Amino acid sequence: MAKAAIKAMDATRVHPLAGQSFGGPNVSIAPAPEAYRCSLRADARAVPSLSKALGIKLPRSAKQSITAADRSALWLGPDEWLIIDTHVDPLDDLSKVRVLHSAVDISHRNTALLVKGPRAADVINAGCPQDLSLAAFPVGACSRTILGKIEVVLLRTDVDAFRVEVWRSFSAYAFELLSTAASHN
Amino acid sequence: MNAHAKVQPNRIAGHGRLTPANQTRFTFDGKTYGALVGDTVASALIANDVHLVGRSFKYHRPRGIVTAGPEEPNALLGIARDVTRHTPNIRATTQEVFDGLQATSQNRWPSLKYDIGEVNDVASPFLSAGFYYKTFMWPRKAWDKVYEPFIRNAAGLGHAPEHADPDHYAAQFAHCDVLVIGGGIAGLCAALKAAKAGARVIICDEQPQFGGAFHFDVDAQVNGRPGFEWAQETAAQLSEMDNVRVLGRTTAFGYYAQNFVGLVERVTEHVSAPAPGTPRERLWQVRAGQVLIATGAIERHMVFANNDRPGILLASAARTYLNHYGVAVGKNVGVYTANDSAYLAAFDLKRAGVQIPAIVDVREAIDPKLASQALELGIRVLTGHAVIAAGGKLRVSSMSVSKAGGGSEQVIPVDALIMSAGWTPSVHMFSQSRGKVKFDAETNRFLPGIYAQDCICIGACNGTDDLGQTVEEALKAGENAAKNTVARPKRAALNVKTIGGESWNGNMVGAAPGAEAGKVVKAFVDYQNDVTAKDIRLAVQEGFHSIEHVKRFTTNGMATDQGKLSNMHGLAIAAEALGKEIPEVGLTTFRAPYTPVTFGAIVNHSRANLFDPTRTTPIHDSEVALGAIFEDVGNWKRAWYYPRAGEDMHTAVNRECKTVRETVGMFDGSTLGKIEVVGPDAAKFMHLMYTNPFMKLGVGKLRYGIMCREDGYIYDDGVVGRIAEDRFHVTTTTGGAPRVLNHMEDYLQTEFPDLKVWLTSTSEQWAVIAVQGPKARDIIAPFVEGIDLSNEALPHMSMATGRICGVETRLMRMSFTGEAGYEINVPADHGRMVWDTLYATVNAAGGCAYGTEAMHVLRAEKGFIIVGQDTDGTVTPHDAGLGWAVGKKKEDFVGIRGLQRPDLVAKGRRQLVGLRSKDSRSVLDEGAQIVADAAQHDKMIGWVSSSYWSENAGSPIALALIEGGFDRMGETLFVPMPDRTIEVEVCRSVFVDEDGGRVHG
Amino acid sequence: MLLIHCPHCNEERPELEFSHAGEAHIVRSTQLTELSDEEFAHFFFYRENRKGVTFERWRHTHGCARFFNAARDTVSDKFLITYKIGEPKPKLKISTNQNKKAAS
Repeated sequence: MAKAAIKAMDATRVHPLAGQSFGGPNVSIAPAPEAYRCSLRADARAVPSLSKALGIKLPRSAKQSITAADRSALWLGPDEWLIIDTHVDPLDDLSKVRVLHSAVDISHRNTALLVKGPRAADVINAGCPQDLSLAAFPVGACSRTILGKIEVVLLRTDVDAFRVEVWRSFSAYAFELLSTAASHN
Repeated sequence: MNAHAKVQPNRIAGHGRLTPANQTRFTFDGKTYGALVGDTVASALIANDVHLVGRSFKYHRPRGIVTAGPEEPNALLGIARDVTRHTPNIRATTQEVFDGLQATSQNRWPSLKYDIGEVNDVASPFLSAGFYYKTFMWPRKAWDKVYEPFIRNAAGLGHAPEHADPDHYAAQFAHCDVLVIGGGIAGLCAALKAAKAGARVIICDEQPQFGGAFHFDVDAQVNGRPGFEWAQETAAQLSEMDNVRVLGRTTAFGYYAQNFVGLVERVTEHVSAPAPGTPRERLWQVRAGQVLIATGAIERHMVFANNDRPGILLASAARTYLNHYGVAVGKNVGVYTANDSAYLAAFDLKRAGVQIPAIVDVREAIDPKLASQALELGIRVLTGHAVIAAGGKLRVSSMSVSKAGGGSEQVIPVDALIMSAGWTPSVHMFSQSRGKVKFDAETNRFLPGIYAQDCICIGACNGTDDLGQTVEEALKAGENAAKNTVARPKRAALNVKTIGGESWNGNMVGAAPGAEAGKVVKAFVDYQNDVTAKDIRLAVQEGFHSIEHVKRFTTNGMATDQGKLSNMHGLAIAAEALGKEIPEVGLTTFRAPYTPVTFGAIVNHSRANLFDPTRTTPIHDSEVALGAIFEDVGNWKRAWYYPRAGEDMHTAVNRECKTVRETVGMFDGSTLGKIEVVGPDAAKFMHLMYTNPFMKLGVGKLRYGIMCREDGYIYDDGVVGRIAEDRFHVTTTTGGAPRVLNHMEDYLQTEFPDLKVWLTSTSEQWAVIAVQGPKARDIIAPFVEGIDLSNEALPHMSMATGRICGVETRLMRMSFTGEAGYEINVPADHGRMVWDTLYATVNAAGGCAYGTEAMHVLRAEKGFIIVGQDTDGTVTPHDAGLGWAVGKKKEDFVGIRGLQRPDLVAKGRRQLVGLRSKDSRSVLDEGAQIVADAAQHDKMIGWVSSSYWSENAGSPIALALIEGGFDRMGETLFVPMPDRTIEVEVCRSVFVDEDGGRVHG
Repeated sequence: MLLIHCPHCNEERPELEFSHAGEAHIVRSTQLTELSDEEFAHFFFYRENRKGVTFERWRHTHGCARFFNAARDTVSDKFLITYKIGEPKPKLKISTNQNKKAAS
């Protein structure tokens, strides 16, 4: 087959929840725009070099995240970060780094839902056992946790807005649980 | 509206808090009754002069309404909204009336007034305590035909709903600094104080309106206003605060570890037409910094003969019906008491125009103030007297009164009888928190003693009797709770001044005069479980000396009642019979739930699609379009087979299997677990985790790996590719993905923490498309860029990265079918596009898509195992014929020592071999047992692990684990089935392409 | 549902995020193949399973994903302490009487 024919193939990404959304008076739920994602693993001493390469300061303690421009770095564990970028692949930035680390592309493993509105925290608390008050889970807080019967990564992007990162095959469950909770709130 | 709906004979104009204009109606046993908005079913029935509402559990005695709250033991009704919404065993005293509510009495047949089961009452000498354990012991044969059907028919209250529950139930986790259980004055004061200090507060109360005892106590004043009004204003004030959540109609039912408390909010149970989208109930799972228990006290009944006749109620209940609902419980109401509370009820009733023929008080001396007030109202008071028995059957008609010590009886006609023995502090929540109660001999009651969790009891449940003291205690508790849970509590003044108020004294426990030991009367201790004073004495007499045993033998305080009315009386009677003091006998444990909780609330959102996640692959929709039938593999939906017009499963699978070997087939392998192992010590780590050697695996090469547990048994398997010196692409079984990663992390974090390596799950990063068969290379070649597909450049068990269909790929030349083929990994979001593109070509070339069933057959034809099907957790790599995959020169790997265990190297282990049916027709049953001697079916030497019809072999094929199997080649063995015995021959576990040349094609 | 203090996240988190991972402080020998059958059995099969204070491993599976150690009283179901893998087994002040009673 001519290479031209291959080029003509549709390489746009298909979101597992394409076209699905929920809009209620107090909460809206929608798939997040497509993004690059990287699971970054490294010891503490590599953090400065990695931060420099990524152009974002990797948070060093639990539940913290940093967002600058299109890029977010979420602390998930003592040697683990989730890097999300809506425009540039963080793997490209990390490929030049010499310090010991592991960077694995998980852009397609995860997908995300954006939950917004005055009752967003209540709706997520339908399945999440963590305290999501602003005191315990302020803007910028993030955590891997439980949502009903699945695992998610939660990031509070604003007082009444959350990003729910979820493995793609669990996204239908996450969407249905959140929209069911929202419609019965 | 029919005539009945209008006239409510016991409704007293000018009394109660309901609005006379707000009429509504409901049915009870098919008859329509009028009610007012705000009524409970109980208050509405009494308003209509209906007291008979059910039959008792064991004796089928007629029963009426006893209480005005959740402690109600008798008035359990079936409540329905429509045919699909029927809930049995609802307390008439807590269910609010809504327009169209249908209530039904229970435990009676054919009707409430004429119940055949009533014979049990007459036969009651045979149904005394423990009768279940005694009566039905013998003869054994009678169980199936006589006893069990009888018990099943007679036992249990109400009937389970027959339709699926059409309503939705919600759930929410909530966190707060202070949880206040109970919305009486204690709870309200504490909540307001804590909230004003800045604490996050949740306050709940089971009733529709806050105010607790102010529902009936109209004498108390708070801040110069009637207590009930103050309570409404305070609840409203709390509702408006941002840091407070006020939950009415919400029961705290369970108190669990570390201040985790379960609440059920009844959202629409009182509404005639619930708005769409509102849940029926909501489960709250609350984690509180501190819990303030303000659950009040529960009034006890008097234990005397026939104290269960309909129309006999607690005094506070009668007062609630009058003062809150505007309903008199009768026109001529007798009073029997050991306590002051009943006087207040009698006075209120008298003032409302109800006749009070006498107050019978077992005490010799009473408060002179009460005496003079009674005199003023013209009520006769008989102190030192007792009600020996109640008359009447379907409704109380009289009370027989004599001196407490005995003597002549006088029969006083009544149409209702109210009673009060005293108050029991509601220590249920405290006890559930594992707190230890202590007995206060002076007031005859158990009070919170040793706390087990961070909670404080306040008010009546703490034994605080005085209203002023209750307020003081509550404010202090609220302030302290805020101090303990809030970083910078605010100082906030809160003045609550009270006048009057009930006293919650313990007073009398145990049987009243006339029901003492030796008297053969039915004086009920536990109405719900039909336990009399005599039953408890009998239990003691029969040798049950522990209160826990007495409880189980008599069933006193069991089930949904949880001893709210009965515990103290039962305990006192047992103590007396044992000749011990009450604290020596001890109290039984209060268990959750405080009142019954629906399954709906517990299950909440987790129904239908949300019962369990359904996982689909990125290619799923294309498979649906191809007509795939799916099977469940764990949470995954996997394409099982792809039937074409006219095909059944068998023919479809046969076609798919033939097509793969003759032409080409495509398979969705996306569910495979995948783990990326990255770091300079990656090879070393793989070398330790798998039985195979991994140090020397070349970059771009694949290896089939076996993972064992430390005991030497196969745990998982999969193909591993080396992408770079420091990077491996590991695959696991579909079901094994999470536990394999956990197993690896366990070793990495705890046993080999010095290794420089990290693990990342990439199971869902990659969609996997297997293209297998002689034409596989021709199919994919036009779409591949940057990879040389020649046998020399990309031989069997090697991999390369490049592009396919314009997107990134990890292309693996490997085979689980025995044919030459590829497993194409592409980023998941592109999976469907790549599948659709390749499928068009496959289809045009005469190939097809194949499902998991064909995959199973194809791999069995080659003798490839499936972990979990051909292994059962006791199979070593050697047993499975995979000894070659165990590195002989390795010094360590997980399982190395286990594999040396004597039993694992002994002769006679079950080994994986092939089986051919001698008749060339019979497909064996998977799991079937195998014997060596056709005459001895009980000497099993192995079992069939995999079995299929193989269209490619033209015969049935099977894999089996058989003792010493490798040494039995050619032996004839037997598979006994219910209808026949199948002869089989042991063979190598390869049925197609025995020399394995095809994968290199 | 318990609250468990994760020594890596440094806060108490709901039990739903954790999984139990068996007895703690069992050392895998670096010379595993040298062990006698008896020694191997003690390493792999035998567990104390005691009533009272027990040392055990947990994993903050759905949180930071780290394994850690904990001392928990199996009678009261209360955690006494949690600590990171590699840190020494803490010496706890437990009244021996109570412990004996619990173990009996």
